[in-house]
Amino acid sequence: MSIVDIPIEDAGALQAGRTEIRREVFRELLHSATFIVGAVILLFWIICAIFGPAIVPHDPYAQSLLGINKPPSSAHWFGTDQLGRDMFSRVIVGSRDVLIVAPLATLLGTVLGTILGLFMGYFRGLVDDVLGRFVEAILALPVVVTGVIVLATLGRSNLTLIIVIGLLFTPLIARTVRAAVLLERELDYVGAARLRGERAPYIMFVEILPNVFAPIMVEFTVRLAYAIFAVLTLTFLGLGIQPPSPDWALDISTNYGVVPAGYWWEVVFDAVAIATLVVSITLISDSVQGALEG
Amino acid sequence: MVRFILKRLGLALITLWLLSVLVFLLGQVLPSDPGRSVLGPLAAPSAVHALDHQLGVDKPILTQYWNWLTNFPGTSYQYQAPIGPILGPALLRSLKLAIFALVILVPLGIIGGVISALNAGKPVDRTISVVGQSMLTVPEFVSGIVLLVIFAVELGWLPVTATAPPGSGFLTQLKYLILPVIPLVMVLFGYIARMARVGTIEALDSDYARTAVLKGLPRGVVVRRHVLRNSLLPTITVIATQTGYLIGGLVVVETLFRYNGIGLLTYNAANQHDIPMLEACVLTIGVVYMVVTLLADITYSLLNPRIRLKAAE
Repeated sequence: MSIVDIPIEDAGALQAGRTEIRREVFRELLHSATFIVGAVILLFWIICAIFGPAIVPHDPYAQSLLGINKPPSSAHWFGTDQLGRDMFSRVIVGSRDVLIVAPLATLLGTVLGTILGLFMGYFRGLVDDVLGRFVEAILALPVVVTGVIVLATLGRSNLTLIIVIGLLFTPLIARTVRAAVLLERELDYVGAARLRGERAPYIMFVEILPNVFAPIMVEFTVRLAYAIFAVLTLTFLGLGIQPPSPDWALDISTNYGVVPAGYWWEVVFDAVAIATLVVSITLISDSVQGALEG
Repeated sequence: MVRFILKRLGLALITLWLLSVLVFLLGQVLPSDPGRSVLGPLAAPSAVHALDHQLGVDKPILTQYWNWLTNFPGTSYQYQAPIGPILGPALLRSLKLAIFALVILVPLGIIGGVISALNAGKPVDRTISVVGQSMLTVPEFVSGIVLLVIFAVELGWLPVTATAPPGSGFLTQLKYLILPVIPLVMVLFGYIARMARVGTIEALDSDYARTAVLKGLPRGVVVRRHVLRNSLLPTITVIATQTGYLIGGLVVVETLFRYNGIGLLTYNAANQHDIPMLEACVLTIGVVYMVVTLLADITYSLLNPRIRLKAAE
């Protein structure tokens, strides 16, 4: 076998191997109870987000001054809020904004973080040092605190929320990608590409990127849970999703003042909804991590 | 050792300076029209100019940065009073809450992690890790509001606010802080348990643990004398990193339970457009976090000579 033949045959085998591995991972996921439970709950909330407005019994925005603060009953399963709006309808529709904002923010953070991480890991040296300092400075603050100052000064909207959380996640994801790239760049295939005279961007994005895909996937699912955490927390603090959107965190933030008066239904169902959503993402990310790394 | 501390200190100062630039840019430069945003859309242009001049926002950026740093923490828009005397006591109250949370959190997390490790792979381990992981991503206000409804409103066992009446004793104050502390503990339990678990498993696998078992020491003695000492080392670093998130969580918990700490101050400043107060709060939080991390690094290296020697190179 001549030396020239090897890369061609290997390239085919490698491609087949990669598809095989991906199928294997998927099969493993479908056999994991943790993944199934997480996926079913998440699917439920996605369906609610898409079709919610069409299937809820009441208009989630409709106020009724005669029916305020009513406890759960057969007409209003989860009771009504301070403006007489139907809590059941609001909870069902409430997954919408957070399921748009959080995944987009995570995607933005993952794309930017991957690019930054590839550069830092591949070039190391000065690029790595200077960017590393900035990363450190941003990480010196909890995401929620940075989010508070940025949103309070720049103004609040869902778009700002996506950009802010995406940018705050960038260094965190970059750190993971950088660590993976540092291991990869020492491998023979990178050396071979360099000897072939490939340019740095080609080596980073075509050679290294597919091989660091697993840690990036894991990071994405983990970050998604934190993005939901951050979006909801900032919304609770009045800086995220804005009224009158039927959002869970927004409802809790508007209604927690009347809880001491005994109107528990105005916050508890929202709280349970949030808990199920974040736990479902945790279960999914836990099993994805297990399948890709185990 | 001195060289190591100096190096760490130097890096921390650079990070702090970068942080101050970031906070300054966000607070003073990006909102293009501070006078207008304070006075509202109906104010006369001359009044806006006068206020801009009084605030110093019509000066060059570098001058503004210098003035901001030298006058730090400055004057609050909202209170029309110097920030220092408001921020100081609030920070102390928050530290009280944070320390109470840590006192409960750290032993609980370590015990959870060690139990997990000693039962690695068994249902107990799986349960602790899934519960810990799940609680990690449930926002503090969610667990907080549920606890509030159950224990304060329905059962009436605990107060609905976190602020004890003035002049109340230590135990009464603690009673008021129990509810706010639980959500903080819940969020951070998973991290600490996970680190303690990993550390303990590594130590259990080590040669010295095997030697101890082979020479006939009882399991309890092996765990206590050989495993725990080594496994808890990395946990120290995690506790320090988590202190930062703890402070982030304070913003939420203090808002929910109306506790007059730096978190509630940050929340109010953000929602009242009190930019100087917001900047002071955020920078203070950053400084506290950095000091804690620095202390943790130093403690860690004092306990672990390997790190100390490597870092000093």
